[in-house]
Amino acid sequence: MALPPLTAEGVVLGADAADWREAVRLAGAALTASGATKPGYSDEMIRMIEEHGPYVVIAPGLALAHARPGPEVIADGLAVVTLATPVAFGHPHNDPVSVVLGLAISNSDAHLASIAAIANIFNDSGAIAALSGASTPAQVFDILGVGE
Amino acid sequence: MKIVTICGAGIGSSGILKVNAERVLKRLDIEADVTAADIGSLAGVIDDAQVILTSAEFVEAIGRTYADVIVIENHFDTRELSEKLERALG
Repeated sequence: MALPPLTAEGVVLGADAADWREAVRLAGAALTASGATKPGYSDEMIRMIEEHGPYVVIAPGLALAHARPGPEVIADGLAVVTLATPVAFGHPHNDPVSVVLGLAISNSDAHLASIAAIANIFNDSGAIAALSGASTPAQVFDILGVGE
Repeated sequence: MKIVTICGAGIGSSGILKVNAERVLKRLDIEADVTAADIGSLAGVIDDAQVILTSAEFVEAIGRTYADVIVIENHFDTRELSEKLERALG
């Protein structure tokens, strides 16, 4: 089981975001920089949260930002953004968020292996704290068990 | 038995819930068919479901159902998932 591709361009550490929209935009920009999405994907991820609420905050301190497969997705990809100051998404239990994962999936039928790989990593309850403490992309790759 | 996991796009958090529910059910030795769905395409999907796993944000939109609706807070915490599933199925 392999994670969606994660490149050094997809890793942004210790970033500043004023609110959750900016945090999601950082993840979108990282996905675009790594070649997975077009710039419009950020707006789609934000729209998902505006429409359905902060359900993307699926664990304490972690948001899994994503939108549906569509024309804004070029290829499967993953982005990791850590925030210098955690931001609130409005989630009743899991705020504030210090790690935003950006996920782009090009084909919804073939994505469960990547999702299982993400679950493998984060079922370890120390992974979120380890990621938010990472200071180099190499450390992030180590924590996620991927080589660049 | 049929279990449906629900989120906004049907690919992110519902996928995590599906993967982790399958792991927990295997550990509990319970056979079930787990389907991930998005909140916009529930028609026909949840009719024969016994359990629905989702986030608090979607409970209202699911509306009336015969299934047990279980709200999961930490999607990566298989202990929470296991306890809540056992309570619903026990």
